[in-house]
Amino acid sequence: MATELRDESRMIASILAGDAQLFHELIRPYERRVYAMALSFLRNEADAEDVAQEAFLKAFRNLASFRGDAKFGTWLVSITLNEARSRIRHRNAIKMESLDDPDEEGHTSPALLRDWKEIPSEALERKEVRSLLLKAITALPAIYREVFQLRDIEQLSVQEAAQALGITASSVKVRLHRARMMLQKTLAPQLKEMAPKRRWWAWS
Amino acid sequence: MVIECKHVWAHISGYLDQALSPDVLEQVQKHLEHCEICSAILDSTRNILILTADERVFELPLGFSERLHARLEEEIEGLKP
Repeated sequence: MATELRDESRMIASILAGDAQLFHELIRPYERRVYAMALSFLRNEADAEDVAQEAFLKAFRNLASFRGDAKFGTWLVSITLNEARSRIRHRNAIKMESLDDPDEEGHTSPALLRDWKEIPSEALERKEVRSLLLKAITALPAIYREVFQLRDIEQLSVQEAAQALGITASSVKVRLHRARMMLQKTLAPQLKEMAPKRRWWAWS
Repeated sequence: MVIECKHVWAHISGYLDQALSPDVLEQVQKHLEHCEICSAILDSTRNILILTADERVFELPLGFSERLHARLEEEIEGLKP
């Protein structure tokens, strides 16, 4: 990732010393990550954009309180999560988000498919495949969705995800496993059905 | 030691992350060699991860960046004495 070539702590020091314009550059690599986090929570593009903007503004206003013991990107994720959660609380004071969090001990059995081999890469060109993926991810209960988003979409390490979410590394692993299995169960049959038949014959 | 399918399913995530201990990894691999069902579950999970990691799943809306930076600019300008 390009962020490794940048010296973010130096950029942050310059911004705090008065070069505020540098903040534009600091956040460019994180725009998609912040928006994606917000979208998976709010399930609505306009709200997601609004929350993403708020998160970046908060990061700018509170930059002096960034301690540097986490990566800047991880810190941004925590701000975005807080912003998204508070938006959801305001939007829906009655139906609490925690109600759809099932108990962590539950098990998900996978979808059994004998003739699964590959999802054609061009599948993603199709709008309906993207919308299936989005729908399945946003339908995950929050505690699984957060972890899946950070690990498998944003490619954060187990430690970074744990830090951003304020949970233990072992909780990250357990929740990630459950999230993946839930997605496999939902998506594997749907994606298989959408792909052209000829793509699957190797296994039938 | 021979392990059953449902035990393999519990290790799919660890397998994909290459986080299994050597003895568990060996058991899982042995099982996968002869079990089409578990191999298919593993392949489908891996493929779903490849698809969801693609940037196009969470595309930024048109003009997102421009609007964001314009709003930040207002904030930065507002700080000037």
